[in-house]
Amino acid sequence: MLFGITWDTSNGDLAFALSILPILLRGMVVTIQATIAGFAIAMVLGLIFAVLKSVPLKIVSWPTIVITEFFRDTPLLVQLFFLYYVLADYNIILPAFATGALALGVQYSAYMAEVYRAGIEAVAKGQREAAKALDLSASRTFTHIILPQAVPRVVPALGNYLVSIMKDVPVLSVVTVLEMLGVARIIGDQTFNYLVPLSMVGGLYLIMTLVASALVRFVDAKLPKRGLPFK
Amino acid sequence: MSEPIIKFEKVVKSYGNYRVLNDLDFEVARGEKVTIIGPSGSGKSTVLRILMTLEKINGGVVSVGNEPLWHEQGPNGLVPAREAHLRKMRKQLGMVFQQFNLFPHMTVLRNLTEAPMSVLGLSKQDARERAEELLQLVGLADQLQKFPNQLSGGQQQRVGIARALAMRPKVMLFDEPTSALDPELVGEVLNVIAKLAEEHDLTMLLVTHEMRFAREVSDRVCFFDQGNIKEQGTPDELFTNPKEERTRAFLKAVLEG
Ligand SMILES: Nc1ncnc2c1ncn2[C@@H]1O[C@H](COP(=O)(O)OP(=O)(O)O)[C@@H](O)[C@H]1O
Ligand SMILES: [Mg+2]
Repeated sequence: MLFGITWDTSNGDLAFALSILPILLRGMVVTIQATIAGFAIAMVLGLIFAVLKSVPLKIVSWPTIVITEFFRDTPLLVQLFFLYYVLADYNIILPAFATGALALGVQYSAYMAEVYRAGIEAVAKGQREAAKALDLSASRTFTHIILPQAVPRVVPALGNYLVSIMKDVPVLSVVTVLEMLGVARIIGDQTFNYLVPLSMVGGLYLIMTLVASALVRFVDAKLPKRGLPFK
Repeated sequence: MSEPIIKFEKVVKSYGNYRVLNDLDFEVARGEKVTIIGPSGSGKSTVLRILMTLEKINGGVVSVGNEPLWHEQGPNGLVPAREAHLRKMRKQLGMVFQQFNLFPHMTVLRNLTEAPMSVLGLSKQDARERAEELLQLVGLADQLQKFPNQLSGGQQQRVGIARALAMRPKVMLFDEPTSALDPELVGEVLNVIAKLAEEHDLTMLLVTHEMRFAREVSDRVCFFDQGNIKEQGTPDELFTNPKEERTRAFLKAVLEG
């Protein structure tokens, strides 16, 4: 029994599968929540890192480069343990889910910063020059001229990370987040049937990643290629 | 000639060891229409880009309206200008680019109202009225809701001119405004520039290969060669009676080409 739902182990695999499906779906909801939270954190933090990296002051850009390199080159599990156990030593106690989402967000923000940077640099040089000739401020140029043109270019690459984040969520089970794979393992441990729940997790993951990819393609198709419009 | 609005004094611009501008002395009077001609790579664009603050200088002094552009007054003389000074100075200049450089994600109207609203603080209503007037002037009053990629090259460049004018600059810089256009679209852009040239107060600096047009609209033509002015004079002097061998060779090549 898990989440108050009991399973049926005496009427064959199909009945067993049907009985644990609601339990796995509960786990799937957590997986989706963690994916969305991690992705949102990574998108915002990644953009901030991309901006800080491009600031022409070394005192700002260098620490940012070091920090993002660190995030990129250390395993997700290390960052997760760090947030979960080390911060607790300093009395910063985050709930397991928040810790997991933050670890995912931090790690992927480092990747996304690179994507943003490439997208920003790909905006034609003449756009900055025209903005300067019109005397637009640096921040206005970034928010109203550069970024709206960079966003449609980066959506496909950011979308790929959405799927990657989803596939990394099972790592969160080590800090007791009850996502889908963790749930399946508990069912296996208790019923001695791993084949059915794990196969179901595989199938559900396949459906989730297909949907996520389709969503990204949809958003990509909806965005005007010339840039986000301003009224 | 009245006092100069633009003044280059011994200006040096280099890329690495390569000197693009070589101790350039150059003045433009208030309201004067000056055309710059010369072979590719002679530094014509660089002169305009320095004025628009898109390129720094490596030596000498550039003044706009009697005030140093790339310097400001420090306690012990001139020091390199900070961004606040450059922003103030830039307001006096407008630039039209060879590749138009319109903002592709903004409508024609928004291209024209963006800077007047965010830089000059015009209300939406005032900025729109100004934009409509200017679009009327360049003959595009009915295109204000289009995006740049829905316009022909000639129309885009006319929007580019209107966009620069919306900031009410004292000096307009044109860097080969018709070089990227199909031949049949050149005329409509030149017509707009000719119309502007009738404005007494507007100072114009135009880089172009359209020699006939240069002859019609300019008060003075400067022939650039290897980062300096090789020869200058009224259009009649320069086109009918060039003194320098380099000028003659250049004109011959352009007029035959
Ligand atoms: N960013 C740059 N780096 C190096 N060389 C440059 C750069 N910009 C311009 N130049 C060189 O400066 C010279 C003058 O350029 P430019 O003013 O554009 O000439 P023009 O407009 O007369 O054709 C050219 O030889 C060009 O190659
Ligand atoms: Mg040029």
